[in-house]
Amino acid sequence: MTTTETPPLPTTGRRQVGDSVFAGAAKAAGILILVVLAGVAIFLVTEAAPAITAAPEDVPGGEGLAAYIGPLIFGTLLAAVIALVVATPLAVGIALFITYFAPRKLAQTLGYVVDLLAAIPSVVFGFWGIFALAPALVPLFGWLEDNLGFIPLFAGPASSTGRTMLTAGLVLAVMILPIISAISREVFRQAPALHQEAALALGATRWEMIKMAVLPYGRSGVIGGAMLGLGRALGETLAIALVLSVSGGITFNLISSGNPSTIAANIALNFPESTGLDVNTLIASGLALFVITLAVNMAARYVVNRRADFTE
Amino acid sequence: MSTPTPTAPSRPEAAPEFDLAAESGNRLPRFAGWGLFVLGALLAAAPTALLGWSTGLFVVLAIVVGTVVTWGVSRAVEGRRKSTDRLVTCLVSSAFAIAMVPLFSLVYTVVSNGVGRLDAEFFTSSMVGVIGEGGGAYHAIMGTLIVTALATLISVPIGVLTAIYLVEYGNRGRLSKWITFLVDVMTGIPSIVAGLFAYALFALLFGPGVRLGVAGAVALSVLMIPVVVRSVEEVLKLVPNELREAAYALGVPKWRTIIKVVLPTAAAGLGTGITLSIARVVGETAPLLITVGITTALNVNPFDGRMATLPVYAFYQLTQPGVPPEFGINRAWTAALLLIILVMALNLIARLISRVFAPKTNR
Repeated sequence: MTTTETPPLPTTGRRQVGDSVFAGAAKAAGILILVVLAGVAIFLVTEAAPAITAAPEDVPGGEGLAAYIGPLIFGTLLAAVIALVVATPLAVGIALFITYFAPRKLAQTLGYVVDLLAAIPSVVFGFWGIFALAPALVPLFGWLEDNLGFIPLFAGPASSTGRTMLTAGLVLAVMILPIISAISREVFRQAPALHQEAALALGATRWEMIKMAVLPYGRSGVIGGAMLGLGRALGETLAIALVLSVSGGITFNLISSGNPSTIAANIALNFPESTGLDVNTLIASGLALFVITLAVNMAARYVVNRRADFTE
Repeated sequence: MSTPTPTAPSRPEAAPEFDLAAESGNRLPRFAGWGLFVLGALLAAAPTALLGWSTGLFVVLAIVVGTVVTWGVSRAVEGRRKSTDRLVTCLVSSAFAIAMVPLFSLVYTVVSNGVGRLDAEFFTSSMVGVIGEGGGAYHAIMGTLIVTALATLISVPIGVLTAIYLVEYGNRGRLSKWITFLVDVMTGIPSIVAGLFAYALFALLFGPGVRLGVAGAVALSVLMIPVVVRSVEEVLKLVPNELREAAYALGVPKWRTIIKVVLPTAAAGLGTGITLSIARVVGETAPLLITVGITTALNVNPFDGRMATLPVYAFYQLTQPGVPPEFGINRAWTAALLLIILVMALNLIARLISRVFAPKTNR
C-alpha cells in the first residue's frame, strides 16, 4: 500500500474550525442559561432596590415593605398548603390506580387524560373557579360554618360568592394534581419487579404487595413530586387572581369573603396600573416569591435526585 | 434505599395471620367488587333524597357508602386481608374518579359558555370602537401567534444547542451538572417572575413603563427554554451510540455527525418536544399581562408598543367586560375555549409527530 501517497484529509482544516465553532456554540448556549438565571436574580434585585431602600411611609400601605409583603407571603403559603394537603393523597391514589389497578390496556390512555389537566391554561382554571367551582361550594361553606364553625378555619361568616381561600386552594390542588401524579407514577413504575413478584408469590394481596414493595421504594419520589407541586402552587397567578376575593389581612378563616392575597395574584392585579415606586414594590414582592420558589424547587430536586443516585 | 428495614420484619408477621373467614377459603365472585360498590352507591340515594337532593352530595355519599358496603361484605365473607385490599381498590379508583370531575366540569363549562361567540366575526374583527355587542379577538390571535413564534425563535436554538452540549460535549463534567441542575430549577420559576424579569430587563433599556411584544417573547422564552432542553436531551440520549461510532469510523467530524446523523435520527422526538413546549407557553397569561399589556387594535410589530394576546384578552374581557357585561364575558369564554382548542391541538400534533415520524429503529 502506498500510504504515503494518500492525500491529507481534505476537511482537516474545516473540520477543526467547524468542530470548535459548533462545540463553542453549544457551550455558549449552556452558559447563556446560567447567565439568564443569574440575570433574573440581578435584574429583580436592581428593580426592587428602590423599594427596599425607600422610607416606610412611601411604600404602599404606608408601613414599610415588610408590612406590605408579609400578608402576601402568608396568603401565598396558605393557598399552596391547602392545595398540597388536598392534592397529594389524591395524586398518589391516581398514580397507584394508573400503575397497578387500572386495566393494562387502559392505563396509558388514563395517564394522558390526567396529563390533559396540566395542559389547560391557568386563566381558564380561573374562569372555571369563578363560574363553576365557587358557586358549587357555597352550600358546603354554609354547612361548614353551621356544623364545624368551632374550628377557627371554618369560623365564617361564609362567603355568599364562594370566592374564598378554600376555593382558591382547591383550584390550585386541581392544577398541581397532574404534576404530583406524573412523578409518583414514574417512581411507582420503576419499583423493582422482582420485589413485587416475590411479595405476590408469598401470597400477598395486591395492596400488601404495594405496601411492602412499592410504597417504601417510591416514598422519596412522592415527596419530591409534592414539593415540585408546591413550587408550582406558590407561583400560580391568574387562577388565584380571578378566584380569590381579596381584602387584605392575615386570617386563617378559609370560608369568609375577607382573604389575604397572594404575591403572584397581587402583582398581576396591580402591576398594569402601577407607576413609580409601586412598580418597584411589586418587583420586590416578586423577588421574595422567586427566592421562596427557588428554595422549594432546589430542595425538591435534591430529594428527587438523591433517589436517582440510590437507584443507579 | 432510605428505609429498607420496615419491609423485612413485617413479612413473616403478615403471613401467619389467618383469620377464620380467610382460612375457609370463601371468595366473592369476580363481579363482586364492582357490584357491591354500585349497590352501595345506589343505597346512598336514599339519604341524599332525605337531606335535599344535590348531585355533589350524592356523588360524595355514593363513594363513601359504596366503599363501606364493599369493605363490610368482603370483611364478613373473605376476611381482613382481602377486605383491606378491596377497600384500597375502592379508595384508589375513587381518587381517579374525583380527579376526572374537575376536568369534565371544566371542559363542559368552557365549551357550553364559549361556543356561542365562536363565529366568523370573532376571528375577523378586533375591539376597536366596540363597547357592547360584537367585537372579536383577531388582534389578540395575531398577537399570540407573533409573540409565541418569537419566543420559539429565541428558545429553540438555545434549548437545542444546550441539549447538544449536555449530551454530546458535556461528558458529565462540572459545567454540565450545573446546567442540568439549574435547568431543573428554571422549570420551577413562577411565570409571573419570568414576566417581572423581562420587564426589569426592558425597563433598564427603554425606561420604566415599557410594554413590548418582544419583552413578552423574552419572558415566555425563560419558561420555554428549560422545557426544550429537557425534552431534547431525553431524545438525544435515545440515539444509539453505534450510529455515532459508525460516522466517526468513516471519518466524519463530530459536528457533522451531530447535524447529519444524530439530529435527523432524533427528528421526531425533537418535533414532539418543541411542539409540547409551545403548548406549555401559549396559554401563559401572567408574564404577558405585565410585559405586553393589552390593546383594542391590531399591532403586528412586536418592537413597537403594546399588543393584544389571547390569554390577556380573555382576562380583561372577563374582569373589565364593559356595559352591559354579558357581551364581554361571552367574548372571554370564547377566548378561553379557543385557548383550550389551541393547546389541545398542539398536544395532538405533538403525538402525531412522534407517531408518524418515529425513527426507523433497527428491530
